[in-house]
Amino acid sequence: MQTIYTDFLVVGAGLAGERAAVQAADAGFSAICLSLVPARRSHSSAAQGGMQASLGNSVMGEGDCPDVHFADTVKGSDWGCDQEVARLFADTAPIEMRRLAHWGVPWNRVVPGKSIYYKGGKQFEKVEAEDKEGLIMARSFGGTAKWRTCYTSDGTGHAVMCTMDNRCAEKGVEVHDKTEAIALIQDGETCFGVVARCLRTGELRVYLSKATMIAAGGFGRIYPNTTNAVICDGGAHTMCLNTGVVPMGNMEAVQFHPTGIVPTDILVTEGCRGDGGTLLDVNEKRFMHEYEPDKAELASRDVVSRWMTHHMREGHGVKSPYGEHLWLDIRHLGEEHITGKLREVYEICTSFLGVDPIHQLIPVRPTQHYSMGGVRTNKDGAAYGLKGLFAAGEAACWDMHGFNRLGGNSLAETVVAGGIIGRKIAEYLEGSETEFKTSLINDEVRKQQSRIDALVNCTNGSENVYKVRKAMQDALHKGANIFRNQQGLEACVAELQEALIRSKNVGLRSDGKGVNPELASALKLEGQVKMALMVAYGALQRTESRGSHNREDFTARNDRDWLNRTLAYWKNTDDTLPTLEYEPATEVVEIPPGDRGYGKSEIISADTPKGKGKKGK
Amino acid sequence: MSRLLKFNIFRYNPEDTQSEPHMQEFVLEETDSMTLFIALNRIREEQDPSLQFDFCCRAGICGSCGMVINGRPGLACHTKTRDLPGEITLLPLPVFKLVGDLSVDTGSWFREMYTATESWIHTDKEFDPTALEERMDNKDAVAIYELERCVECGCCISACGTARLRDDFIGAAALNRVARFLIDPRDQRSENDYYEIIGNDMGIFGCMGLLACEDVCPKHLPLQNQLGFLRRKMGITSLKRIFKK
Ligand SMILES: Cc1cc2nc3c(=O)[nH]c(=O)nc-3n(C[C@H](O)[C@H](O)[C@H](O)COP(=O)(O)OP(=O)(O)OC[C@H]3O[C@@H](n4cnc5c(N)ncnc54)[C@H](O)[C@@H]3O)c2cc1C
Ligand code: SF4
Ligand code: SF4
Ligand code: FES
Repeated sequence: MQTIYTDFLVVGAGLAGERAAVQAADAGFSAICLSLVPARRSHSSAAQGGMQASLGNSVMGEGDCPDVHFADTVKGSDWGCDQEVARLFADTAPIEMRRLAHWGVPWNRVVPGKSIYYKGGKQFEKVEAEDKEGLIMARSFGGTAKWRTCYTSDGTGHAVMCTMDNRCAEKGVEVHDKTEAIALIQDGETCFGVVARCLRTGELRVYLSKATMIAAGGFGRIYPNTTNAVICDGGAHTMCLNTGVVPMGNMEAVQFHPTGIVPTDILVTEGCRGDGGTLLDVNEKRFMHEYEPDKAELASRDVVSRWMTHHMREGHGVKSPYGEHLWLDIRHLGEEHITGKLREVYEICTSFLGVDPIHQLIPVRPTQHYSMGGVRTNKDGAAYGLKGLFAAGEAACWDMHGFNRLGGNSLAETVVAGGIIGRKIAEYLEGSETEFKTSLINDEVRKQQSRIDALVNCTNGSENVYKVRKAMQDALHKGANIFRNQQGLEACVAELQEALIRSKNVGLRSDGKGVNPELASALKLEGQVKMALMVAYGALQRTESRGSHNREDFTARNDRDWLNRTLAYWKNTDDTLPTLEYEPATEVVEIPPGDRGYGKSEIISADTPKGKGKKGK
Repeated sequence: MSRLLKFNIFRYNPEDTQSEPHMQEFVLEETDSMTLFIALNRIREEQDPSLQFDFCCRAGICGSCGMVINGRPGLACHTKTRDLPGEITLLPLPVFKLVGDLSVDTGSWFREMYTATESWIHTDKEFDPTALEERMDNKDAVAIYELERCVECGCCISACGTARLRDDFIGAAALNRVARFLIDPRDQRSENDYYEIIGNDMGIFGCMGLLACEDVCPKHLPLQNQLGFLRRKMGITSLKRIFKK
């Protein structure tokens, strides 16, 4: 069996992972990124809309600065974020955008003079300043006070990913693609690397490293309807929770995006609404401005998704063979805009729907989109529980997003966090010496090999991996969706516990030889069900509504009892529920909890004396 | 009743000593809005869980799912079955190394290409975190992005006669990459530097100009223009070099 040594090992070659690797390489350390797919196919490349940084170059961004970006981010999070981290983020984002420009990103630039833009279906005019010509341009996104989203047409993620991967090639950062990490090598105190499975041959391989980072993206595929790529399956998270000592933060905070297309849940960017697209109901009438007079379509995603669902429940949805949906209207933006700045949207509509958005409405519904929860880290990106383990990007709960992240803040987070944490890792590597115990490594490899053998030989049973996966997805869809309540969540937890038992009895139908995709799915299934339980059980305990977590039976945001972060552990493999602990949402308070200015504003303030409403166990 | 689709799918698992390359038939009932992504996943989940193929974004943006669909390289995720006849033949992309069934190794191929073309901005300027960004004309930015839209699916390479004949030919995707840096004002490489990379039979002079590449490119990249542009540039550079000698 092959053993590969490196100073810095990154599980994931998306923007967060590669950015951190470049930083470590700049400091003179060897770095390897593992990835299921070639780096540029990582989900970062699917991001269309853009990334936020308060450059303030556009006339509509005038007066913008890190303070305003910070305030938007904290409000967006519904005060669930770590404010120290949000501050670090807002301050660093402009520098990182400029750095990306230096490295090769073809950002759209300011063109001085008159141009028109749309808001709420109406046409307006703006005049870009002469002295800003050629600086990085920005567009509007939901939940932001200013135009702050830097973009390259609507292929921002793709363009930034290309540049970052080029930078890795230049700096000698290796990317081992078609390689899947399946277990951490650790002794309960320190992490020494991973056992991985080669997706070219099916063989196991050991990676040993002084520092290991989880930058494996989101885990939306535990839901049946999601905008996420098929590789966003949480496999890397499950190897962390399997250690028993690394907690997941805020797993109940799941973002649903307002505009997934029906039926395939492919995303059309928030840029559609940012650029002036409107949402229409079955009567082709606008409705968002009735619920949100001020922000309308441009309130934060949690708010828009909720009103859309509400509006459909009130009987204004469009019936279709795939369930109800609403319409997105961008026709008034005109052909040039749609085939230029929204070309990906145009292509998605024509190739996947057979809809021409220049003349026709786009069928949309809210769908799972982003995981605010993930491997809990401190502000330096170090994971709780294990020395030498770090996390960044969507996989992490670094926690600048709290209970709802703003559009454009995630892609920006990947490079900002990757840079900051990469620097911290270089410092850590500077002062660290590691000894690799062969017995520890051999034990882990043996354990993984026997798991594989048991699956291939159906030693524990012959449950069908795809059927159990479906049972898990359906349970979450029914019970832990946009609107949640006690009854639904209890049923969901019970169904997931059943799925957990079944997941332990999975056996393959195929022979498991070589790369075998069925084996790959089976290896992570039990862990996925455990993650689903962290989502549902965490949501059941959290008896309030905050950001994307919306309880119909506890409609207020309860700062008195719930201004905290859930930490979910899976302490023993045989447990049937996660162990939940809580910590304060933020130690540093720059902006005390208040009204977001959009969405509903029922708040039980932290100063309210204790009445009913219990604290989670 | 909807159509019954007949799929002929190439099967071979190089990691299984018993496996021989062959075609296997699967039958599936067509559903509304069915794409090859939906069809292949159903075949795997319901009929043969060992079937290997690659999808990632399933939205036509990552380039994972290139394969030969009824004789033509294309992206499987945005191919709708309703646009195909009732009998569908699927083969892995040629040129690239086969991983198994419909899955090929595009990653290694493209990684070699980055090294060969030095696919990054060459500049001696240092980044200054305290300064404003360097200005750039929006037209230049848009033109660069236009070429950077390549998703590295490998379709153009697989459709290219030259690439099939000689494995050292760098292919349309690589030439397009060179053009991307050539027009970037931030890249300080000279035409002579590029000539070192592509001014030979492995590069621009190996291209026979038959343009199968542009026909199959799912992102509709203007490959023809780029090839012409490079041929002219490199032709002139070549003449200059001859006269200098
Ligand atoms: C359709 C869509 C559009 C979006 N648009 C925007 C936008 O406009 N603006 C914005 O800010 N955000 C956007 N987002 C969110 C944003 O794109 C992601 O949150 C972000 O790119 C995540 O980056 P990452 O580096 O954390 O992970 P990813 O880019 O997802 O990379 C994950 C990496 O981990 C690897 N990996 C996973 N598991 C394993 C394993 N077990 N072993 C080895 N490797 C593994 C993968 O192969 C991949 O390389 C969008 C998201 C979606 C789904
Ligand atoms: S034009 Fe050149 S690169 Fe394109 S297919 Fe023909 S030979 Fe290949
Ligand atoms: S140029 Fe077109 S066909 Fe070739 S790899 Fe890129 S996207 Fe695919
Ligand atoms: S799966 Fe991404 S392009 Fe087809």
